[in-house]
Amino acid sequence: MSGEDDELREEVLEEARDDVVEHFHGEYPIVIEGLRNSFGEQVIHEHLSLKVRRGEILGVVGGSGTGKSVLMRSIIGLQIPDEGTIEVFGKNTIGAEAGEESSVRSRWGVLFQGGALFSTLTVAENVEVPLKQFYPELGAELRHEIARYKVVMSGLPEDAASKYPSELSGGMRKRAGLARALALDPELLFLDEPTAGLDPIGAANFDSLTRELTNILGLTVFLITHDLDTLYAICDRVAVLADGQVIAVGTIPELLKTDHPWIQEYFNGPRSRAARATSQAGGKRGKSVDNTAGGKA
Amino acid sequence: MREWADFTVQEAGGRVTLKLEGPLLVSTIGVLDRKLREFGEPVQAVDLSATGDIDTVGAWTVWRFADEHKARITGTTEQAEKLIETVSANASDAPIEPERLPVLKRATYDTGEKVVHFGHGLIRLIGFLGSMIAGSGRLIVHPARFRYRALVRQFELVGVTALPIIGLMSFLIGIVIAQQGAAQLRQFGAEIYTINLTGRLSMRELGVLMTAIMVAGRSGSAFAAQIGTMKLTEEIDAMRTIGVSPMEALVIPRVMAAVLMMPLLGFYSAVIAIIGGAFIADLTLGIPFLTFLTRIQEVVPLYDLWVGLIKAPVFGLIVALAGCYQGMQVKGNSEEVGLRTTKAVVQAIFMVIVLDAFFAVFFTEVGWG
Repeated sequence: MSGEDDELREEVLEEARDDVVEHFHGEYPIVIEGLRNSFGEQVIHEHLSLKVRRGEILGVVGGSGTGKSVLMRSIIGLQIPDEGTIEVFGKNTIGAEAGEESSVRSRWGVLFQGGALFSTLTVAENVEVPLKQFYPELGAELRHEIARYKVVMSGLPEDAASKYPSELSGGMRKRAGLARALALDPELLFLDEPTAGLDPIGAANFDSLTRELTNILGLTVFLITHDLDTLYAICDRVAVLADGQVIAVGTIPELLKTDHPWIQEYFNGPRSRAARATSQAGGKRGKSVDNTAGGKA
Repeated sequence: MREWADFTVQEAGGRVTLKLEGPLLVSTIGVLDRKLREFGEPVQAVDLSATGDIDTVGAWTVWRFADEHKARITGTTEQAEKLIETVSANASDAPIEPERLPVLKRATYDTGEKVVHFGHGLIRLIGFLGSMIAGSGRLIVHPARFRYRALVRQFELVGVTALPIIGLMSFLIGIVIAQQGAAQLRQFGAEIYTINLTGRLSMRELGVLMTAIMVAGRSGSAFAAQIGTMKLTEEIDAMRTIGVSPMEALVIPRVMAAVLMMPLLGFYSAVIAIIGGAFIADLTLGIPFLTFLTRIQEVVPLYDLWVGLIKAPVFGLIVALAGCYQGMQVKGNSEEVGLRTTKAVVQAIFMVIVLDAFFAVFFTEVGWG
């Protein structure tokens, strides 16, 4: 029996990566310091610093062109910054070798704005791609099963698993993108405007799905959004980008106390007040990690 | 070194308990999953008390095994329970690939579909040609609506900017014809007929044909991509709502530009090809440059020029029509723009060559051989 076991184990190990590390138990999965990004003459970020706490949903807001997406792309290694350090799970990601990165890459999931699904693969096959890439030792049967339950977990109907991205609506494509982002059971999830282009009902459903999955899976979420409803409904903290920096981070009540004109205009505009009213009426304000004791739900 | 999840079998009082050990994560489950799938004996309980971190993949593996063996799951942490509940609620056995018909059926089905599509496409293309002619008719009645600026702009894009590349191409083709022709004709001692070969071939066939292919690649593709993108960004719908006919604003100037520019470009191409031939003849055959050109006047009948000039606008029409038509067919996503652009070029070149064959037979029959 044990001889057989060893054989099986060896066979599996042959295919497996050897840079897998334990789950992150520190306080800040993402730490950014002194970040500078520029395109030619145009400086996007200058001395930008930000810490993301474990287990929180951090909303990132800012006017158009303040570099929200660039910030996300810097963290996940798609954009090489001019200066600064970015640590993800305590490891510096800038200038890491392609091989070294995979131990970090397999621990985050990214949902791009348009879903960015591979158009020649079905939804389920899309979910299987990262599994195959990072854990080739998993049996095909298990991989199919994982793909199926992830598809259903992301709020898609069962029969969507065998459909191609072009056969899905915009909202379903986002959910399929989410299923792929969650394929590896990541500890960190990046969402780039997840509710943009969705109808209010679809957006609200997506928000509650995000909140629910975050609670169940213990995710840390970095969420870029323009959607005030999303901010009020599910974000634990909000980071505001302006003038190339993070000018404030905190819960919405905390942000309201600052007197930066952009923040005041943003959160005290008519749309924001409407969103706040809705969220208070619904009584589903996101729990605040900052004041867990006194935060009223 | 990587830690793998594993299990031990414990038996007490006729009850078999599977005690799982180690972290149950997507990164550690590979071995355990395979072993559990091969485990055939009855099990009454699965004990998780000795496991570490757990994620949904671990939870799924445990739940699937327990479900299969009708075993109880014990020793769960709060997190494990939550995850197992979640995965069991989301379990599904839906197919992950669309159903595919058997090969024979699929082949016949696809063939039928292609034929029907081809038929529809042909009808739509003829419809498009018809609405373009109708649009031209309206423009003749209301000449003030005609867009001269757009036309001149297209003249520049289709004609003027194509001069360098078409010139270079024709020059090289002239060289190749003269040089290769001479190599064959030398065997009969008929090198002097290189002049006839180069002159007549350039004027009748190659000048116009190569130009049409080049224009299809340069301008036909551009028409399809431009109009296709405008369709995607709803520019064309916006035009319609403010009463501007896209046929008048976009299609007719482009088609007219191609129809009017093609004879000029084709003639230009033929002339440059002859110059290329004369150049190489001067260098390698010992026929002086000017003698070559003088002989051209004598051996190339005038109707060869007419053959070229009659074909050119027809080819221009086909190229522009295919480009504009495919552009207007774009709908849905940006992928379609690329697809339609390719289609426009392939369709245009194919139709040009087919029509050229008809023209060749026709002109020979009418005595212009």
